[in-house]
Amino acid sequence: MSEGPRIGKDEWVARAGENIARNRLLRLFDRIPGWARLLAFVVGVALIPLITDDGYINAVVFDTLIFCLLAIGLNVVVGWGGLLDLGYIAFFGVGAYTYAILSSEKFDLHLTTPVVMVIAVVLGALLGFLVGLPSWRLVGDYLAIVTLFVYQIFISIVTNGHDLFGVDLTGGVNGIANLDPFDFFGLQIPVSHEGIFNSNYVYVALAVFVAVFVALYLVNHSRIGRSWRALREDTLAAELMGMPTDWLKLLAFAFGAAVAALTGSLFASLKVGVFPETFSLTLLITVYAMVILGGVGSQTGAVLGAVAVYVFLEALRDPDVSGWVFYVSIVLALLFLVRPRWMVAIVLAATAAFGFVVHAVVGAIDDSWTAGAPPDSDRITRLLDSWVAIPANPGDAKTLAYVSLVALLLFVTTLKGVWRWAALVPTLYLAAFVWENVLSLQPDVTRFVLLGAMLVGVMVTRPSGVLGEHRVEIV
Amino acid sequence: MSLLELQGVSMAFGGLRCVDNLDLHVDAAEILSVIGPNGAGKTTLFNLITGVYEPTDGDIVFEGRSIKGLSPHRITQRGIARTFQTLRLFLNMSVRENVMAAAYGHTKAGVLRSILRTPGMRREEQEIRELAEQRLAFFGERLTGYRWDQPAYSLSYANRRRLEIARATATNPRLLLLDEPAAGMNPKETQEITELISQLRDEAGYTILVIEHDMHVVEGISDRVVALDHGVKIAEGSFDEVATNARVVEAYLGTGAAERK
Amino acid sequence: MDYDKLFQTLVNSATLGSTYALIALGYTIVYGILKLLNFAHGDVFMIGAYVGFGVLTVFGGAVDPSISIWLVLILMLLAAMACCAVLGVAIERFAYRPLRDAPRIAPLISALGVSFFLSYSVQLLFGAQHKTYDSFNMAGGKLYEPAVTVGSFTISWLRVITIVAAILLMVVLWYLVARTRIGKAMRATSIDRDAAAMMGIDIDRVIMFAFVLSGALAGAAGVLFALRTDIFPQMGFTPGLFAFTAAVIGGIGSIPGAMLGGILLGTVEALTVTYVTDWIGIPVGLSNLVIFSLLIVFMLIRPQGILGRPDITKV
Repeated sequence: MSEGPRIGKDEWVARAGENIARNRLLRLFDRIPGWARLLAFVVGVALIPLITDDGYINAVVFDTLIFCLLAIGLNVVVGWGGLLDLGYIAFFGVGAYTYAILSSEKFDLHLTTPVVMVIAVVLGALLGFLVGLPSWRLVGDYLAIVTLFVYQIFISIVTNGHDLFGVDLTGGVNGIANLDPFDFFGLQIPVSHEGIFNSNYVYVALAVFVAVFVALYLVNHSRIGRSWRALREDTLAAELMGMPTDWLKLLAFAFGAAVAALTGSLFASLKVGVFPETFSLTLLITVYAMVILGGVGSQTGAVLGAVAVYVFLEALRDPDVSGWVFYVSIVLALLFLVRPRWMVAIVLAATAAFGFVVHAVVGAIDDSWTAGAPPDSDRITRLLDSWVAIPANPGDAKTLAYVSLVALLLFVTTLKGVWRWAALVPTLYLAAFVWENVLSLQPDVTRFVLLGAMLVGVMVTRPSGVLGEHRVEIV
Repeated sequence: MSLLELQGVSMAFGGLRCVDNLDLHVDAAEILSVIGPNGAGKTTLFNLITGVYEPTDGDIVFEGRSIKGLSPHRITQRGIARTFQTLRLFLNMSVRENVMAAAYGHTKAGVLRSILRTPGMRREEQEIRELAEQRLAFFGERLTGYRWDQPAYSLSYANRRRLEIARATATNPRLLLLDEPAAGMNPKETQEITELISQLRDEAGYTILVIEHDMHVVEGISDRVVALDHGVKIAEGSFDEVATNARVVEAYLGTGAAERK
Repeated sequence: MDYDKLFQTLVNSATLGSTYALIALGYTIVYGILKLLNFAHGDVFMIGAYVGFGVLTVFGGAVDPSISIWLVLILMLLAAMACCAVLGVAIERFAYRPLRDAPRIAPLISALGVSFFLSYSVQLLFGAQHKTYDSFNMAGGKLYEPAVTVGSFTISWLRVITIVAAILLMVVLWYLVARTRIGKAMRATSIDRDAAAMMGIDIDRVIMFAFVLSGALAGAAGVLFALRTDIFPQMGFTPGLFAFTAAVIGGIGSIPGAMLGGILLGTVEALTVTYVTDWIGIPVGLSNLVIFSLLIVFMLIRPQGILGRPDITKV
């Protein structure tokens, strides 16, 4: 939905235009030095377990840190190396299974966790080198395909690993259970404390995150990082300027894989068991979403993307919170995309009026069309109840409404000016209808629907990601 | 002994022979120009020397050692650098960074030292930075000062060409290959480039191999000229000798013109 | 030598292969013109299967349809093809077209987003449980009766229908691409988009047509596939991956390549599952391991595929 005239394809002019459009808030953000931002992040996260005893929240923080690690690892491969690694999650899995095999009841090995982590990193790096080797002969899309194959091989081994030439290595579909908790040379950190998630894990994860983040930052700000940037710009030119591009690509690949494997072992240390279904394509796309939305190439962006996406996904799981998230997001989206800003108020008011009218009319025609009760009833939802039509028996209308909403939304993007505002009114009402009757009923599924939609939406409006720099490319 | 020697080099793509049994030599500190109509195989020649293609026949010897079959970055590290007919800058990197990147081949800070930020690594970074600024300063005021931090895509066309040359020199080469350095430039800029190329040889000591179409430039800089047509060397000698050579005239202007001589 | 097993395996190859070929054609057509890996294609295939299911339900289901089951099957195919063609066009228009000049990774991610959106939407609306066409009971089990008998070997009606339908569609496609004006325009655009535009070809129309074709083929494949197996929201992933691989093996961008690749991959899969797993001594579940390892080796030896041309970049 990019508005306004395009000033042709001259890169510099286009860039100038983009800069002006670039949010003032983001420019302010850019001015804060890197170390200060990291410090703020660390302090912020460290405070959370001190503020709250809620095991759920601490678990979410831990998981968010895991995703942050995965995101910055992927950023090395995709953002700095410019390689599309669609098998990235396989390395995460390798790290997790390494932990599971070396620190559990399975083979009665109980290696201490730092040692397992080192083994995981080495293993990840080695596999990364191996998997990256095809990049010497294949470019771009072809390499992506091969990495996808590697992922399939991983899944195949892990799912059928209960019978590898007679050896039960990976436990097959049931995975490996009864993992040891995090063990620092004898000092164990129990997974839960009187049934509540042990918040010390947050600190462990935070420590690992900071170490990896800083290490990657330092590598990026060295001649190696510079050569990665050059090779991403123009691989042939980089090669001819003396940079061993084959080896450099391998290095990026191996780095990403090592980080993923390290994260896997950290992740496993907390879990009771590892199972093949954790390492799904959904997980891969989620991590990609985090890196891309944050802006490919930017470590800060990857972290922010990870936090934003994961919190978004978790928030949408809770039926109480998800409604808020949905409606607030719509308002925010309107504020972001609709110009002039005061138009938003008019559109919202019109939608409200429209809604009440429809509700009244439809309710008058047939009582059962508005009789369905919302899942919970606090003041807000009771207000909604008299606005949104919630049928007692939605049935097939659900599918029709859903498809119509998607079609209508897409149609609205093609309209301009007054027509767009006018069409937004019934669209917004229909959106609320679909939310109340379809989306809010299965939060676990809906959150991925919305993530997918968001990915497309962000890509189309800001292809370089929210924090990404507008890049000029030789096509 | 010549700095660079091509011995019977051929390059065939399937049935098409882009370069056919070519013998060529470049002596130290000389400026050799390669001319010829489009499609003559000039850029292919550069690609062969820099390792982008491997010759299907013959050998390429640089400073006494064969470089045939070496990967391009190795050849660059041996001392041969080039610019491109269609500019290939690292557009989204700053001017200074473009040049710093090219110093990779003769620097050595590895992953571990970079993470630990050893004094050796930091010193090397400083040296790379100074090297880049020094190479850029060769072009006078145009690529210095505030320009160092500007992204390469913000440069004008002529400045981009200059940047590419600066970048190539940052690899510390002994042989510079310039592919149509004056392409697309107005007369004033062309004059500057002509002086610059001579300066590169006189002050910095590079041996230079140039592909050019603009005969004013060729005349102004060359110690020797080689003319190619359809992958074959058709003339070699001083500018005057080659420019008046019947086969060269025919290649450029057609048989009628050659006969009218 | 168990000839029966061999014969069954070969028939399997043909059936699998022809379905993969249909999906692979969709990938290759789009890639040829846009140089884009349409990750959402597998999910378009899935939607085709669901549309077929919808039509089947409207007409009363497999066991006791309100009109002739053969008519229902044809309607299912047509409906799936039509819906998926429209879907393909919509995806192109809203998720890919705005990104035509963006960095290469942007449309790829957009495609992943679309894929996510489609598969989870279907899960939302129709649930995650597997559904089935119940083709066993169609026409009183006729589909599984032998249609062709060669000596002591038989091929069921179901397989015959699948193979014939696929071949028919491929012939139509070939005709459209090789013999019509818009087909020629498509071929021109896939070689050099800017030059084609300068020759007066309406690029947007050509691309739209490409997506119509690719969507229609995927939709048809969805119905044909679903006749032999369950449908569920994530069903597009593995066949999509296989078909995509088939397109690459045959030479991405090459239409005969996609057909060849599809047959080849179907054969490799059938042979591996039946023979190779026994031969090496690994469980059938690991057949994917063998297949993908072979594929990786193939890609390293000949990345441009069997019928593809190597990418020669001018320096």
